[in-house]
Amino acid sequence: MAKVKSLADLQKLKADLQSKVDLREKGDRSENLVQIKVAMATCGIASGAKQVMEFFMDELEKRSIASVVTQTGCMGYCYAEPTVEIKLPHQDPVVFGYVDLKKADEIIEKYIKNGELVDGIIPQNYQTIDENN
Amino acid sequence: MAKYKTHLLVCGGTGCKASASDVIKDKLTRELDEKGLADECQVVMTGCFGFCEKGPIVKVLPDNTFYTQVTPDDAKEIIEEHIIKGRKVDRLLYKDPTSKEEISDSKHMGFYKKQMRIALRNCGFIDPENIEEAIARDAYAALGKVLGEMTPVEATQIVLDSGLRGRGGGGFPTGLKWKLTAQEKADQKYVVCNADEGDPGAFMDRSILEGDPHTVIEAMAINGYCTGATKGLVYIRAEYPLAITRLKIALEQAREYGLLGKDILGKGFDFEIEIRYGAGAFVCGEETALIHSMEGERGEPTFKPPFPSVEGYRKKPTNVNNVETYANIPVIFLKGAEWFSAIGTEKSKGTKVFALAGKINNVGLIEVPMGTTLREVIYEIGGGIKDSKKFKAVQTGGPSGGCLTEKHLDTPIDYDSLIACGSMMGSGGMIVMDEDDCMVSMAKFYLEFTVEESCGKCAPCRIGNKRLHEQLELITQGKGSKENLEKIRDLCGVIKDTSLCGLGQTSPNPVLSTMDNFWDEYIAHVEEHKCASGACKDLMKYIIDAEPCVGCTACARVCPVGAIAGERKGPHTIDQSICIKCGACVDKCKFNAISIK
Repeated sequence: MAKVKSLADLQKLKADLQSKVDLREKGDRSENLVQIKVAMATCGIASGAKQVMEFFMDELEKRSIASVVTQTGCMGYCYAEPTVEIKLPHQDPVVFGYVDLKKADEIIEKYIKNGELVDGIIPQNYQTIDENN
Repeated sequence: MAKYKTHLLVCGGTGCKASASDVIKDKLTRELDEKGLADECQVVMTGCFGFCEKGPIVKVLPDNTFYTQVTPDDAKEIIEEHIIKGRKVDRLLYKDPTSKEEISDSKHMGFYKKQMRIALRNCGFIDPENIEEAIARDAYAALGKVLGEMTPVEATQIVLDSGLRGRGGGGFPTGLKWKLTAQEKADQKYVVCNADEGDPGAFMDRSILEGDPHTVIEAMAINGYCTGATKGLVYIRAEYPLAITRLKIALEQAREYGLLGKDILGKGFDFEIEIRYGAGAFVCGEETALIHSMEGERGEPTFKPPFPSVEGYRKKPTNVNNVETYANIPVIFLKGAEWFSAIGTEKSKGTKVFALAGKINNVGLIEVPMGTTLREVIYEIGGGIKDSKKFKAVQTGGPSGGCLTEKHLDTPIDYDSLIACGSMMGSGGMIVMDEDDCMVSMAKFYLEFTVEESCGKCAPCRIGNKRLHEQLELITQGKGSKENLEKIRDLCGVIKDTSLCGLGQTSPNPVLSTMDNFWDEYIAHVEEHKCASGACKDLMKYIIDAEPCVGCTACARVCPVGAIAGERKGPHTIDQSICIKCGACVDKCKFNAISIK
């Protein structure tokens, strides 16, 4: 390890290392971020949910949208996999079905950026454990 | 670099480690390797999460899932269910003690809701053995700011403006202490970190060193710059092995990165830190005794003045601060004195870490803004009293403090309000007592501690406390009278007034405060020779009521000393001269025939 010789060095080092704890810090303030849950049960994975999740993670970072992407179990909409639940800060979550990469891109551009609803919404008919608390 | 989707944080505090948390970490890592997920999920061992009651803790981020009482065998299920299938492992989730509902993440836990973590900001968040994680969380940024932008006087002024007061218990303004040391002219000055945490039940300083050692190193360097010291010493108990190991690793890494040593950050400031070990004497938490111990002398206090800021370690100006005090420093410089002084009460700024212990549901480490009430701490964060018993008192300030009772529950906690209530802040130990605790015995327990820990240098403390303890012993044995109570009061006054150091000057506090708040109990002990709580064994007896007793002989069989006699199917009796009051018979009796009188 090269020595940290100046404040500028330290700041650069911090910027480089930020990603190490970024995920944890986002978790800490998740209620103020875009929260995305990708259903990753067998049905979801078989329909490509893993790629969709990676797409969301990479693209949101590229497009500088602070977000938390997590995976959940089966949401029960196996016919519409991959399904993704998106919760914009201080709003009710919305579930989208048949989310392929193209749809994911549309969701980011329209819904996440502008709050504009796009096709493929599954009406919500359940409560999550978080809401019960 | 692998791009992780999930971080698994495993608590590596002393408590959780004792429950095999490092085995849990290894197993989680192995499972991930086997499943080919090592690039997607990172396992990190962090410092203490504070929720020691339900350790070992595993926290999953970014979804904040909080698993409690995890065993190594659970590792497989966590990986297979949570990480692969995205399903939380319900049985390991924290259950709310009142609603009995599972709580999915730490944000919904009463334990964390009211907390504000400044000193503990990185505990349970970063890997304390990895300087890179600390730097990512702004470690050494405050040092950079101070060295780059401020003169020592300006930097000290910020500490003064913040209103930070010593967290070791005294509450002396930290900035003023720095200023006094800075004013002295000497060829060598020292800054010392007091990590000789000795209050029974207090473990905040240890946990900070275990969870975030770099914050202490950084703050000491800032302290060195402000006071003109180039040498720092950490005085730590040898009985804190994990804290020592992690501090050593942190020091090594800081040197390697050039954040300790010569010409730090190219600003011409030299600073080095050494560790000094203490043998675990309570009195060495007092700064003059601590300094003598570091010099290799006996750990005995000396009269102040001269204060260490004038004549301390090796007769040189020395500034001594406590670990928790230091942990606040970097944040004050990064966020500003104004930000810090907006937290807390008028005269006590910022937050305070407390170690909750005793008869409370959530035993653990918490940090709350000054001014939080005892009720909030005990009932909301602490989850109330164990087994739904009645709250009786809470001891703050350890053996130097006093007890607070029901009537103090709504007092906002800060340095001054606690003193007004007859107790003190101390280092932050809070021992909660319920209706089953006898206050006379409690006072005796703390006095026992002081008698053990008195260094013996001055007579009032050495002899006075011993005599005081004897008086209490008599009372708890049922041999006391009102005269003893008067003697106790006198003795307390003399010890307080004439002892040399803080240890003796405060040792009668638990006695005085229990006398003030629970005078009835003392009277019952000396007049009726009764202990209502049943804690004083000499003042109680077990009696078998002949009516409900069916003569099943269960009690006679379980009695370890053969004190119970009686015919089969006839009422039994206890021979009081033999009975050792172990209570085994009560537990065994199915007919509620045995009672305490």
